[in-house]
Amino acid sequence: MTDEVILLNFWPSMFGMRTMIALQEKGVKYEYREEDLINNKSPLLLEMNPIHKKIPVLIHNGKPVCESIIQIQYIDEIWSNKNPFLPSDPYQRAQALFWADFIDKKLYVCGRKTWSTKGEEQEAATKEILEILKTLQSELGDKPYFGGDEFGFLDIALIGYYSWFPAYQKFGNFSIEPECSKLMAWGKRCMQRESVAKSLPDSEKVGGFILQLKKIYGIE
Amino acid sequence: MADEVILLDFWPSVFGIRARIALREKGVEFEYREENLRDKSPLLLQMNPVHKKIPVLIHNGKPVCESMNVVQYIDEVWSDRNPFLPSGPYQRSQARFWVDFIDTKLLKPADNLWQTKGEEQEIAKKEYIEALKILETELGDKPYFGGDTFGFVDIAMIGYYSWFEASEKLANFSIEPECPILMAAAKRCLQRESVVKSLPDSEKILAFAFKIRKIYCV
Repeated sequence: MTDEVILLNFWPSMFGMRTMIALQEKGVKYEYREEDLINNKSPLLLEMNPIHKKIPVLIHNGKPVCESIIQIQYIDEIWSNKNPFLPSDPYQRAQALFWADFIDKKLYVCGRKTWSTKGEEQEAATKEILEILKTLQSELGDKPYFGGDEFGFLDIALIGYYSWFPAYQKFGNFSIEPECSKLMAWGKRCMQRESVAKSLPDSEKVGGFILQLKKIYGIE
Repeated sequence: MADEVILLDFWPSVFGIRARIALREKGVEFEYREENLRDKSPLLLQMNPVHKKIPVLIHNGKPVCESMNVVQYIDEVWSDRNPFLPSGPYQRSQARFWVDFIDTKLLKPADNLWQTKGEEQEIAKKEYIEALKILETELGDKPYFGGDTFGFVDIAMIGYYSWFEASEKLANFSIEPECPILMAAAKRCLQRESVVKSLPDSEKILAFAFKIRKIYCV
């Protein structure tokens, strides 16, 4: 029986990008469905994720899996015969999960503040985001990928944010490269992978989307 | 070679309780070290430099941080007994989803019950009960969230169960009429040996809750 895989997503979401990359890395054929989160969430989305009503939602043979980090693990466990994302050693796995949690606790909120706030609050956010990125860069060290020699779980968890970096920098009026050159090199390296290149939107588009959001929320 | 397992913890923590229970469920010998969160030990700062929080599990000198990460790690290392997570990927994803729900939708209102007063506290009460009701629906007829056996999601909830009484007294409301099935599950879990051994006395929790409320709600 062939698998039916549907992904409910919204193109700018760095969370949805994770799931797209994970599916691509495993060579899974899936149907992509764009959700209009601003105006009109689909009945399917509301049915499949009634608790949070958020994307991405992975629907595998009719059954929903929600939350992007959970989806990456699910995809890794179901299509376990190729390109493992998580290491097999429990300690290494715990480290990968720790850093994914760090990214979701710290980077999202701070990133948002770089374009949605101004004055002192914005300056504080740009300083904080550099600290967060430097911490991640330390974790990367000299490795080509967070997973080591192979592109893996943590690379998938972080790379979507890379498509938002130009927008953070433009709106927040700061620069990431001088303090995080290794991390930026990692980003470029990941972008050469087909799964990543196909899943990340053009940074110009992201910039345009932020302008749209600022208008909607009345943020100057 | 015998394992060296140390747990850096803080006795009232709903997160620390998870690690204690997980270790006891697996019958793992460990050294419990109480942290004074107002004067964190050099070991804590060294083992969790990023967040400087408890619980931290130190297994043969290597730290694992974040409570549900610790629980999953314990499940994988001591995989020969009492599995916490189901074996099927879909059931595992559901267990993880509900733990994420607990830590995103239940945590904040639970904290606000003792951190706020007046209208803010009333809102917290509503949100807290709403989240508990959703969890109760998920539990359904099952004795545990995991089904017939005590597992991952149950471990995640214990800390909150242990704070039910204190929460009710602090915010002047009753959980049982709203969530009788969840209350029954809570009572069931609170009788497990691993839980009894890991939980502080409810009087202690109550006294602690009132103490920290005084600090937050001047």
